[in-house]
Amino acid sequence: MIDTTDRQIIEALQGGLPLSPTPYAQVAKDLGLQETDLLERLTALKARGVIRRIAAAPNHYKLGMTSNGMTVWDVDDACITKLGAQIGALPFVTHCYERPRALPDWPYNLFAMVHGTNCDEVEQKRAEIAAILGDACRAKDILYSTRILKKTGLRLKKKG
Amino acid sequence: MTLDDKDRAILNRMQDDLPLTSHPYAAVADELGLSETELLERLTRLKEDRVITRFGPFFDAAAMGGAFCLCAMAVPAENFETVLTKVNAHPEVAHNYERTHRLNMWFVLATETPAGIEAAADAIERETGIDVLRFPKLQEFFIGFRVAA
Repeated sequence: MIDTTDRQIIEALQGGLPLSPTPYAQVAKDLGLQETDLLERLTALKARGVIRRIAAAPNHYKLGMTSNGMTVWDVDDACITKLGAQIGALPFVTHCYERPRALPDWPYNLFAMVHGTNCDEVEQKRAEIAAILGDACRAKDILYSTRILKKTGLRLKKKG
Repeated sequence: MTLDDKDRAILNRMQDDLPLTSHPYAAVADELGLSETELLERLTRLKEDRVITRFGPFFDAAAMGGAFCLCAMAVPAENFETVLTKVNAHPEVAHNYERTHRLNMWFVLATETPAGIEAAADAIERETGIDVLRFPKLQEFFIGFRVAA
């Protein structure tokens, strides 16, 4: 799927992109590549979806988004695709997935992340989701995050 | 730290894609009406202060032939830190959050092969003696983790 050079590129960038005027030239030099070769490979990796985007991962807490709730819902399987798309399209939902239930402990199959500056704001958004799901929703819960325990992103294992 | 309007404009812009060009920061600085030097200084400060936790490419393990999986564990409060150390020691754990529920530890495994998910989750179960519930995505309805600064 990815060749040795792509792998070296991913390893070099998984910690982040240098904050210097010519970051790609700097990384290319470390890898013994030409900057143009690196840019071509990165463009190809992006076209294949291996790189989704080159961007900042913000710390929600430091941005005042101190209330971060994972809302979870037990939605009728017959409606999940249609309703999931509607919930995912809400502007305040940042992630939305259908996932398997883990019965009997965990009856929920729809997960939607909602963020706010306080719990009231999150609860209000959660009520909007509940209104859309209506009778197709049999049970619901919300899990607030209380601490970031790790946030590193993907790390390739060293080979060899 | 307090964020001023320039910091907020930078944070909003930098959650979108950086161009794949020789001087990418200069291009973004132009868009924002800043000098390249000021943009880089502010980005460096935002990263040092951990307002930005990471800046760089977002990789999709699945597109590389690998996989992601959301996992959850019910960790007794008295063992939380010990279990956390064991879980976080796995490089496959890409991020991990404490949450308000009996299932109080939620983490994402990112691995280079689909089999890697089961291997890592099984290893964590063995090391901690706690079940690792696995919630792989069946359908994705939205992706785009942007927060207005």
